[in-house]
Amino acid sequence: MSDTKPPGHSHTKTVNPLEQRVRDLEALLTRKGYIDPAALDVLIDTYESKVGPRNGAIVIARAWSDAEFRRRLTRDATAAIASLGFTGRQGEHMVAVENTTDLHNMVVCTLCSCYPWAVLGLPPTWYKSAPYRSRAVKDPRGVLHDFGVHLPQSTRIRVWDSTAEVRYLVIPRRPANSEHLNDTELAALVTRDSMIGVGLPRPVPP
Amino acid sequence: MSYISNADLGGSNESRAITPEPENEVFHEAWEPRVLGLVLATNAVGLWNIDMNRAARETLPNYRDLSYYEIWLAALEKNLHVRGVLNEDAPPPPRVLQASAVAAALASGSPCSREPTATARFALGQSVRTHAGQPNHHTRLPAYARGKVGVIERIHGVFVFADTNAQGLGESPQWLYTVAFDESELWGEAAQGSVVSIDAWEPYLVAA
Repeated sequence: MSDTKPPGHSHTKTVNPLEQRVRDLEALLTRKGYIDPAALDVLIDTYESKVGPRNGAIVIARAWSDAEFRRRLTRDATAAIASLGFTGRQGEHMVAVENTTDLHNMVVCTLCSCYPWAVLGLPPTWYKSAPYRSRAVKDPRGVLHDFGVHLPQSTRIRVWDSTAEVRYLVIPRRPANSEHLNDTELAALVTRDSMIGVGLPRPVPP
Repeated sequence: MSYISNADLGGSNESRAITPEPENEVFHEAWEPRVLGLVLATNAVGLWNIDMNRAARETLPNYRDLSYYEIWLAALEKNLHVRGVLNEDAPPPPRVLQASAVAAALASGSPCSREPTATARFALGQSVRTHAGQPNHHTRLPAYARGKVGVIERIHGVFVFADTNAQGLGESPQWLYTVAFDESELWGEAAQGSVVSIDAWEPYLVAA
């Protein structure tokens, strides 16, 4: 088979400079014995496939269906969430805040990207971005509009800026006509954005 | 040289719209998950703490031009450089996170609450004023909430104090409160019908 590439053309695939920088750093730290590359694989797999917003959805569904759990969740969220098996990094100190007919909660970290990993996984890009972090505290209704959420003017908005190590989880309002659903079906209505407070749960399918 | 954080964005002049993202979009570039892994694995080595890490990130001069994983990568390189890890004669790592230990390490996390050694100075419902100045070090009192009067809404207990911990001056644990501010106190107008809170360590506050 003839090589159709012009003379002098490199046969190596062009690597994105950031990709190369990260590879070089990983190789260096491995050589110096600072990291176990297999540990990186486990860490990545954990947040790609194990720890994500479906954890939080299980917590919310339970809060909707079990009044006693809901009481425990609002009093000591860390313990209540741990009782469902969700613990650990960036979930060590949890507070759950409840939406009502006249109060809507919303969570931000204006100083960096603090986020309740144990129940929501890694934060979405917008949560870490300048527009959200700057506007959420000053123009929360405008932010909600960007997410297609329009609340009545009579609904008070409560913004929680996670400036320390406490991590906040919003308990959205249970959708109408969901009385007949079991916890698995309820959890399917809980969106990540509704647990950050920039969205509402999905309506019950017809 | 004065300390400048480029990450204190609350209430800053910003009109760009927010772009929502589907739940299953965890990473956007092939190198991003490796940076996540590198950062978590090197944090576990024990050469710096979470507050030193935040300080390293927020003082990157080009912070606002970088994507979040680029910020993590640049701050990691800075941390490693400052501690001589990139040199030929790098010190041996105090600890190494092995693959077999990851699950347990993530599940236990790193709680930063501490046993109280003094009673809390402020009570629920009490009015407090936040400090107004810009300290010459890492702090977690955002600029928009400095010199403002709010109400103690929750008392969380005693926590590692970010300001000292970031400077390598020890944990110096302090009472931590949720302080809620009416929007008119923060922005001079009440257009949104909102209340904004921060979590503030006791040294940030005086009775109002």
